Amino acid sequence: MGGGGVYAGEPRGKAWVGRGGGAGGGNDIQWCFSQVKGAVDDDVAEADIISTVEFNHSGELLATGDKGGRVVIFQQEQENKIQSHSRGEYNVYSTFQSHEPEFDYLKSLEIEEKINKIRWLPQKNAAQFLLSTNDKTIKLWKISERDKRPEGYNLKEEDGRYRDPTTVTTLRVPVFRPMDLMVEASPRRIFANAHTYHINSISINSDYETYLSADDLRINLWHLEITDRSFNIVDIKPANMEELTEVITAAEFHPNSCNTFVYSSSKGTIRLCDMRASALCDRHSKLFEEPEDPSNRSFFSEIISSISDVKFSHSGRYMMTRDYLSVKIWDLNMENRPVETYQVHEYLRSKLCSLYENDCIFDKFECCWNGSDSVVMTGSYNNFFRMFDRNTKRDITLEASRENNKPRTVLKPRKVCASGKRKKDEISVDSLDFNKKILHTAWHPKENIIAVATTNNLYIFQDKVN
Amino acid sequence: LFNQFPNLASEMEDKVTSPEKAEEAKLKARYPHLGQKPGGSDFLRKRLQKGQKYFDSGDYNMAKAKMKNKQLPTATPDKTEVTGDHIPTPQDLPQRKPSLVASKLAG
Repeated sequence: MGGGGVYAGEPRGKAWVGRGGGAGGGNDIQWCFSQVKGAVDDDVAEADIISTVEFNHSGELLATGDKGGRVVIFQQEQENKIQSHSRGEYNVYSTFQSHEPEFDYLKSLEIEEKINKIRWLPQKNAAQFLLSTNDKTIKLWKISERDKRPEGYNLKEEDGRYRDPTTVTTLRVPVFRPMDLMVEASPRRIFANAHTYHINSISINSDYETYLSADDLRINLWHLEITDRSFNIVDIKPANMEELTEVITAAEFHPNSCNTFVYSSSKGTIRLCDMRASALCDRHSKLFEEPEDPSNRSFFSEIISSISDVKFSHSGRYMMTRDYLSVKIWDLNMENRPVETYQVHEYLRSKLCSLYENDCIFDKFECCWNGSDSVVMTGSYNNFFRMFDRNTKRDITLEASRENNKPRTVLKPRKVCASGKRKKDEISVDSLDFNKKILHTAWHPKENIIAVATTNNLYIFQDKVN
Repeated sequence: LFNQFPNLASEMEDKVTSPEKAEEAKLKARYPHLGQKPGGSDFLRKRLQKGQKYFDSGDYNMAKAKMKNKQLPTATPDKTEVTGDHIPTPQDLPQRKPSLVASKLAG
């Protein structure tokens, strides 16, 4: 489980060595501010609330989705070989309205345009493709570049007006001439009407032909080319809704095995399913659950055990889950308990009553792996985010704040004082701002570059390059 | 030690309550009826009902006719709870338009 070397069971020839192999916590990596995107003002319009962040497979593109249904894609500029002290900056590449608000009159249901998830397809040709989804509809977007345009038509003027054919005396062959780069986004497929409940996850299969979409009670399998049909592969809806005890909270395909996927529940369990076993995967192949001490059970136990995110490691050997207070790493070969547990903000356990009253206890934090699976990251409150180094067992708390925004300024670690005497530079639990939550973070697939979303701003941090 | 002093055991238990149980006690003190409703989980049902907005034109017009000159009951501040008494009005259902403004992340 080292930072380098080949993991067992993983495709031959691939070695997980890389710049991301170093530790993320403690003294090994120094994180520096790189960029911040978004408005400075405190008055946040609801549409500007960031709802998802995702790097593409090469890390060159970074997509965000927001509550207003808009997608913004940033592109990393080519590294300047002369200015080698920093990696390329991310600049706006394309932006478009992915989803619009709808009203289902038949069911009296308001359908939010908020983008719940974005997932990139691996690049196969010059164009880029991504899937974006709101609560009900998934869309496949094609993002393509146009840097040439045809000129010299015989029947049209340059401005588009048609010429009088009788004035044409000679013929010419139109040619392509360079033009200013234009990036166009167009919806190529719309996958609609397959979900009664709210979609929380989409995940592209390693076969790059199919993908799954999961809502509270069902998971569907789609083919990327086919929009009028999808197969239901998981259905946990009880015959009598009064008996409902559990909902699906997240789902993901295994990165290498195209027949395997997992889904997590509001009761803190994860089920691994094999699509070869049967058409309807209601019976899991594996059930991952940590036994709970019944004497510790409280009103809050189930709520805080609800898993808000599940992510496979790049190697495919592990998966990570996020519940309200912790991050857990599971070995796919061991179902009865996680192999590692990291406390994100244990000091909140004695604040659960107020967190329930202000609804914060229902906040859904995501988590992510670094490229070599040696470090994991997740967000917290007060615009803090946490990293855990699996090798050194060190962890670090950093803050996304405009106060630290001089490029290449190393971020200072933060510490929360749970009780007792507060040391200088520590912040007490009661001073934490619970409106400043970092729910969405993403790690570049190869480099130590991270994207951290606060409510309406996107921060990009890099490790110190020297 | 606890066999010799049985009272000590229960005293210690009270003091060493887990923080979670202490928070639970606080919550139950403020909301004594919490968790007593039958039939499945409240949280789950609320989650599944997100986005539900009821407007029945029949109810609305009948209520208007009954009330004559009086005011219709307006929406309670907590609009997530739809009860029989609350007659949504067209004003309660805001027009949903897409944001025509570009994202500030792109600005």
